[in-house]
Amino acid sequence: MTRVALIGAGKMGISHLAILGAHPGVQVVGVADTSKIVTDVLGKYSSFECFADYEKMLDKTKPEAVFVAAPTKYHGTIVKELLQKGIHVFVEKPFCLNVNEGAELVQLAKLKGVVTQVGYHNKFIGTFEEVKKIVDSGAIGAIEHFTGEAYGPVVVKKKQDTWRSKPEEGGGCLLDYASHVIDLLNYLVAPINKVHGAMLKSIYSGNVEDAVYALLETGNNISGVLSVNWSDETYRKMSTTVTIIGSKGKIICDATEVKIYFKEADCPAPYTKGWNIKHINDFAEEVDFYLRGEEYSAQIDYFIKAIQGKVPNNKNTFESAWLTDNVIDKIKKHKNN
Amino acid sequence: MERILFGDNQFFGVNHVSDEKSRAQAIKFKEDKTILKTLDIAIDEGINTFMCTTHDRIGNVCNLIRQTPEKYTNFNIYPCMPYAHKYANAVTELGIVGTLKEYVPGNFFGSLFKGGIAFVSKDYMSMMELLIDAEMKMFKGINTPVIFIQNVLTDLLMGLGMKDVLKAYHDYIIKKYNAEPGYITMNMPKLLDMLESVGIQNPIICSSINVDGFRMSGGKALYEQTLKTRQVRAIAMQVLSGGATPVKDAIQYVCSLPNIESILFGASSRGNIHETVSLIQQFDKQKQLA
Repeated sequence: MTRVALIGAGKMGISHLAILGAHPGVQVVGVADTSKIVTDVLGKYSSFECFADYEKMLDKTKPEAVFVAAPTKYHGTIVKELLQKGIHVFVEKPFCLNVNEGAELVQLAKLKGVVTQVGYHNKFIGTFEEVKKIVDSGAIGAIEHFTGEAYGPVVVKKKQDTWRSKPEEGGGCLLDYASHVIDLLNYLVAPINKVHGAMLKSIYSGNVEDAVYALLETGNNISGVLSVNWSDETYRKMSTTVTIIGSKGKIICDATEVKIYFKEADCPAPYTKGWNIKHINDFAEEVDFYLRGEEYSAQIDYFIKAIQGKVPNNKNTFESAWLTDNVIDKIKKHKNN
Repeated sequence: MERILFGDNQFFGVNHVSDEKSRAQAIKFKEDKTILKTLDIAIDEGINTFMCTTHDRIGNVCNLIRQTPEKYTNFNIYPCMPYAHKYANAVTELGIVGTLKEYVPGNFFGSLFKGGIAFVSKDYMSMMELLIDAEMKMFKGINTPVIFIQNVLTDLLMGLGMKDVLKAYHDYIIKKYNAEPGYITMNMPKLLDMLESVGIQNPIICSSINVDGFRMSGGKALYEQTLKTRQVRAIAMQVLSGGATPVKDAIQYVCSLPNIESILFGASSRGNIHETVSLIQQFDKQKQLA
């Protein structure tokens, strides 16, 4: 049993906690949150020991691994403290608000030799995994261009302010929604290292952007477009789509469906020349406990297995998440120019 | 419960294997009247139970039903609450406390948050009761003999080990609505263990059950074993695994399993509704004769 604790029991923290609670290889030793109502409810109705102060929790419960799902602005401080104690860390996305801070954590994690992972769960979705395989095999040839999109109905009218509406605390569509798409593009295509233009637009929010549009380029000169909007009520929930155009074909993929067009007959079986469509149920791997999507359980299971030495610690590393932070930073700077 | 229950995913653009189909369905069912027309087709085919989420638009459908009560005397609705995306999107924006403030009716929260915080256990349960009542309002005057918790909430409570909350829900549905509590889950065998541990016997559990083992957490074999050996009133959903398997094979598999009281499915066209109903009836008959 791996002894695990949670810092930050908000939406993602609670979701992680339920999956950890049901995981046969995990013992949840503590939950820390500053909200009295959250720790009160958990204290009364769950079997988890709750703390208002995470440092006290660490001292008392001595976890081997900690899930950090506190607001993004606290990631740097908390993660650093955990790494210094030699604790394995799973931290929610985005990684850090400050790229220098992120770089320091990447180095420190290497030095300490602990297992680290960031919660970019799209990499655990079967359809996107299939795209990764196809792209890496060279089956669609040299990539020429990509489009990364995400739309959803988070802010669809003017509302009161929370930390999510404060850019300095990690709020806004760029950090919350666009970060997922950028991270996925970095993974599926190649790391993006240039931002040629970016527009951050407010639709309903007073202080943060509700939409992000940008023109991007990877280190190997592939061009791409990013279009993300969390104020789009035509979507029931967040929907992320990646389109990749190669010299030998084209891929359009979201969390439910992969559509691949091969220009020639020499494509990997079972695919054939022309359009091919596959669905998530062709790829989804069974999980022991399901909550909201296989990917949420799969990413946690992967992290626990990495700690137990059963899989390599190479998915959603601090380093890959830091590359995503860099693109976010470039988009922000571009907007300010 | 009837053998066949009609679902609502198709009405709200919920399709687990294709976002593109989702949109096409959302366009098709833009008008509430189109939803009711499809329900009427299902009734023509002999299905008298509609199992649906507490989506705002179901409120409109209920209004239409109340306008012609004579037509729907034998018609049942099984509400499934809450419409989780409403809350999930709100939590992303407002946080947990902000969402409760937004949705718990009245000034329950106003008073609680003023002047320090002194919570007692009873308050949380009455908060839950208020939320249930708020979701149930739209069904006033309509038969709702079984009332479900959606899988996201059931499974969240299960993962958090909050079995007393599941029990409190159970007791409240019986007491307040004189109805049977039901549970939707993606983790049926685990849920059955937990419900039994708080003294809930032979519960109504709706879960994915299909020939492909899609979304049957813990494995198809464990589900089959559970159905064979334990006391549960099972409802099979996602029997077509989201459209991946030929309909005939999919229905044959589900009809062959023991202990499945009802089969839940949704479809948009008369042809598809008729086909599924006929196949269920055909395989049920074969089983009886065998």
